[in-house]
Formats: sequence, C-alpha cells, structure tokens
Amino acid sequence: MNIYVLLKKTFDTEEKIQVSGGKIEDDGAEFIINPYDEYAVEEAINLRDTHGGEVTVVTVGDEESEQQLRTALAMGADQAVLINTEDDVEEGDQVTTVKILEAFFKDKEADIILAGNVAIDEASGQVGPRLADKLDIPYVTTITAINIDGETVNIERDVEGDVEKLETSLPLLVTCQQGLNEPRYPSLPGIMKAKKKPLEELEIDDLDLDEDDVEPKTKTTEIYLPPEKEAGKVLEGEIDDQVKELVSLLKSEAKVL
Amino acid sequence: MNFELTKEQEMTRKMVRDYAEAKIKPRAIDIDVKAEFPEDIFKELGELGLLGIPIPEEYGGAGSDTITYALAVEEIGRVCGSTGLSYAAAVSLGASPIYYFGTEEQKQEFLVPLAEGKALGSFGLTEPNAGSDAGGTKTTAIKDGDDFIINGEKCYITNASFAKQIIVTAVTGKDDRGKNIISAIIVPTDTEGMTISSNYDKMGVRGSDTAEIVLEDVRVPQKNLLGDPQQGFKQFLHTLDGGRISIAALGLGIAQGSLDKALSYAKERKQFGQPISSFQAIQFKLADIAMEVELARNMIMKAAWLKDQGKNFTKEAAMAKLYATETAFRAANQAIQIHGGYGYMREYEVERFLRDAKLLEIGEGTSEIQRLVIARQLGC
Ligand SMILES: Cc1cc2nc3c(=O)[nH]c(=O)nc-3n(C[C@H](O)[C@H](O)[C@H](O)COP(=O)(O)OP(=O)(O)OC[C@H]3O[C@@H](n4cnc5c(N)ncnc54)[C@H](O)[C@@H]3O)c2cc1C
Repeated sequence: MNIYVLLKKTFDTEEKIQVSGGKIEDDGAEFIINPYDEYAVEEAINLRDTHGGEVTVVTVGDEESEQQLRTALAMGADQAVLINTEDDVEEGDQVTTVKILEAFFKDKEADIILAGNVAIDEASGQVGPRLADKLDIPYVTTITAINIDGETVNIERDVEGDVEKLETSLPLLVTCQQGLNEPRYPSLPGIMKAKKKPLEELEIDDLDLDEDDVEPKTKTTEIYLPPEKEAGKVLEGEIDDQVKELVSLLKSEAKVL
Repeated sequence: MNFELTKEQEMTRKMVRDYAEAKIKPRAIDIDVKAEFPEDIFKELGELGLLGIPIPEEYGGAGSDTITYALAVEEIGRVCGSTGLSYAAAVSLGASPIYYFGTEEQKQEFLVPLAEGKALGSFGLTEPNAGSDAGGTKTTAIKDGDDFIINGEKCYITNASFAKQIIVTAVTGKDDRGKNIISAIIVPTDTEGMTISSNYDKMGVRGSDTAEIVLEDVRVPQKNLLGDPQQGFKQFLHTLDGGRISIAALGLGIAQGSLDKALSYAKERKQFGQPISSFQAIQFKLADIAMEVELARNMIMKAAWLKDQGKNFTKEAAMAKLYATETAFRAANQAIQIHGGYGYMREYEVERFLRDAKLLEIGEGTSEIQRLVIARQLGC
C-alpha cells in the first residue's frame, strides 16, 4: 500500500510562547511534531505493518523541519519529503500549503493519506479536507479507528464525543483524532536507522510552482496572547445575595450581560 | 569548536525526556516511598534501546555514543534519581566492561542480552573492608581444574537482586613483588553458592536496588575470567572512569530538576505582596544554581566527547563527576531553601533530590577520591 502522512512542525504549546512585533518568537520555542500528526504517523506504520507497502511522510516547512521528519523516520516511517519553502514563500496560509501539496501529490497514486485533525498552532483543520477535495478523493475527519479490507474501509469517527461509524473506499484521506492510537516513542535503534533513510528535499520550483501560484488568501492582522487569567473571586453570604452580586458583576465587571 | 548536538543526540534527548515525563515522573514519589525497584520501567527502557546506547549494533546495542548516553542519564535523573542510578549502573558497570574487555564468546553470551535490554548486569567491587581502597579486596578466586572457586563478600552492589550476572572482582594470586593480583570474573547470579539480599534501608536512591552478596564456594568456569588476568585492577579503573561520566550526568539531571522546580516555585510563591523571585536574595540563588548547572553540563559534555574521540578522559571524567555531583547537592539544598517549609515535604520532591544527590558524592568513587584522581593526573 502506498501510504502518505502529512506532518507539520509546530511549537510546543506546553512551553512558554513569546510574541513580539506581532510574531511568535522562534528562538526560545521548542519545536515538536504536531501531536495529532503523531497519531497519523503511528497509524500509517501500523497500516503498513498489516498490509505491506511504504510510509512516506511529507512536510511543507523549512530547513529545521528535518528534525521532525527524522523523528517520524525513527518511529518507523520509510521515507520523508521536505518541501522547503523558506526561500520562496514569505507569507502562507492553508491555501498555500494545499496548493503545494496538490502539486506534490499529482503524480503519486496514494492509496491513503493520513493527516492530523488540526495543527495545535493555528488549529484550522483545513489542509487535509481541502487537499482531498483538490485530489478528488473522499475524506473523513477526526477518525478514532480504521480498518481496511481490500478497497473497503471501515471507519469510526469522533463527533463531539459520540462515535459515527461509516464505510468508504480507497483512495482516501483521513485526519486523525486523539484516541486513534498511542504513538510509540522512537527507539534508539530507530533513531540510528533514521539517519540512513531517504529524505528528499524539494522546493516549490521542483513542483512547477512559483511564488504567485501559492499566494495566501488570508491576511494576518494581529497575533496576540490571550489575556492572563486573573485570580477567581469567591462570593460569600446568603445565596440570594450571592446571586444578586453575581448578576451585577456579570453586568458591570465581566460585561457579558 | 561546535557546541551543537547532532540530530540523533537531540532526538534521543527529546525521546527520553518525553518518556521520563510521561512514565517515570508520575511514579517517582512512590518509587522512593516504597523503595521498590521499578522492574517494568527497566523493561521499557530496554525496549526503547536505552540499555545499549553506547554498545555497537553487532552486540545488540544502538551503536551510539557517550554523549547520547549522558543525555539519556540526565533526562532520567531529572525526574527520578533511583531510576537514574540503576540505569547508569546497568550500562556503565554491568554492560560496558564486557564490551571493553570481554572475549567474543563472552560478548555473545553475556553482553548481547544486556544491550538488547532483556537482562541487567551488575558490577561487584566494594566489600565491607574494601571501599575506596579497592586494592584491599579480600574475595578470592582459586583455580580448580577448569574452574574458579570464589569465596568472599560484596556490599552495596547496585541492581544485583535483579541481575542475570555480576562481574565480581577477586584476588587470583600474587605478582612477582608479592602484591595481590585482582581479576574480574563474570558470575551468573543463579550459580550455586551465591546469596544476594537487599535489606539496606537507604537515605536516598531508595528505589534503586542495592544488595549484599555472599559467595560461598561459587564455582564458575575459568573462561568467565574477564579480560587480562593480570590487569583486573587497571580494567576496573578504566570502567570507573567511564562510569563517572554517567554519575556526573545523573548529578546534572538532579541539579537541573532542582533548578526547574525552584524557578517555577519562586515565580508562583507570593510573600510580602510579590513573587519571591523578585527578591534579589532568591534571584542570586537561582543565578548561582543556573550557572553551576551550565558549567557541570559543559564539563560532562567535554569528558564524554573526549571518550568518544578515543582520547584520554580520566581527569575530565573525575572533574565532571566531582563538580556535577556536588552541584546536584548544592542545587537541591538551595531548591529546598527556596521552597521554604513546602520544600521540606515529600510532595514537593526537592527533599528527595537532596537525599538522592548525596549518594552521588559517595558511589563510584567519593568526592575525595575524585580529587585524588585529579591530583594524580596533575602529576602529584
Ligand atoms: C547506593 C549505593 C550503591 C553502590 N553501588 C555499587 C556498585 O554497584 N558496585 C560497587 O562495587 N560498589 C557500589 N557502591 C559502593 C561505593 O562505591 C562505596 O561505598 C564507595 O566507593 C566508598 O567506599 P566505602 O563506603 O567503603 O567508604 P570508605 O572508603 O571507607 O571511605 C570513608 C571516607 O573516607 C574517605 N577516604 C577513603 N580513602 C581516602 C583517601 N585515601 N584520602 C582521603 N579520603 C579518603 C572517603 O572519601 C570517605 O569520605 C555503592 C554504594 C552505595 C551507597
């Protein structure tokens, strides 16, 4: 089976994030594989181990994204492709990424493409579905179980806490939700082997695209951190008085009423 | 000069950190309280290939280097000193000597299971009356046909209750000048005459197994002799040199853990209407710990790098061990101070860091012995 994974490098949102000059500071940030993409990598490896074939991990990123690709290779993926847009794309959005991926997948004959449900940085959840649309293949988002039998694919997906079961067919794109699997840690032998696995580096030029083709359709006007959470207030006294005070605070202080 | 880690080193560091945070950290208090060796964690460390980091692939290891190994020890030590000590001892003392000095047959039989993470090994040097003065070893191994018959007693041996084999040092004869010849012999723990018991009630590293071994007419084939029969003493000095880098890394882990905890606590704790981190007295403590942590890290990386380059690293390893373990103790002590009364409580973990750190100033050569080693390297 020809298995592809879409993987994004993101900053670790559990670490401290600093914003300056309307941009997220790259310097202090710790970068990781988008956690939802880790489910995709794990599932891809499991599918390959069951059905045979190869797992190719693809990222649109920069020089530094090699680290995350190598980690996926260390987990067990077979090869990786880095589409490096560092020099060509100044501003990009989901349209940019999908354009690039569409060009990449044009001649690929993928049986299944696995992506994360969302990336934890911008959390748009757009790239997977849009790419499937461009490639004219079905897609299922937020999957929590997948079973492939020949061309038939049975899927369970998370719908706001409930499970939806559906049947579809290959070729297919899915986006992975928490609960699908427990991603493995890359083992030491895996890390050492990853060094020797193929990692192809492409630029948009290699995909017959130029900067104008991948122009973003959105504009970022501002990036800011959410206001710091203030200490809570504990109301005291008779319940009736507390309710009154609460309502008045909701009106005067929180201004939500 | 290049201070950057390779991609593989960076990846390993991250993997071990993720594993330690997720799987070891939540259990660290329990491991200490119950003084229980976390056997299941070691099974997982084995599956991740961590027990064979510096051992070549042909012997079941990962074929990686000392720097990577030190990073792994640090990350484990950052969350749990007990697990860190048993991990460092398993690799540096249990496995490495067989890799350095073993015959091909010994490597296949005794090293491969350790490097693959399927078994643990120990190193038994210390005796009730021979600690720093390892030359005072009393355990004897007498030739009998094709065998050795070993008699003696070992104390404070890490991981022995869970080990498949123990490398035991014993007197095998006298040289021309009448001095004892000390050799190292691989003794499987299921050999008749071996009694291994771990009844020590320890101050720290309580979840690391520490055992007493009594050898009574223990019979092992002479082919279990490890390395050169005349050079046993030199060999274990070499083994300890390497082991020191890992104990230093463990100290660094505890020091880093102390710094992380002290810093985040200082920013949260408010007294006199402001976070205590805004008081200069607290800032200076944090600055000192941070500086020492960084210096210790640089010294460890240098010693590990020298070892990986095949250069002499005896002096640097002793310096790294001495400095990093004393840094660990100071850092843990100051971390408790910064936590005030809370720091004295088990729940806040820094008191455990202090108890764990203390062992590092004693095991694998006391701080005094490190100073002796350094002085000897200076030509004294
Ligand atoms: C938890 C734990 C785990 C251990 N694991 C192992 C293990 O796996 N394998 C193993 O073989 N051993 C192990 N040990 C033993 C450890 O290595 C020894 O305890 C250590 O080497 C010190 O020896 P000693 O306890 O006999 O102290 P001693 O040698 O009696 O030292 C007592 C004091 O005298 C000082 N001193 C001694 N000689 C000199 C000198 N010439 N100049 C100046 N000062 C000196 C020492 O520094 C120390 O302060 C372990 C110990 C512990 C506590």
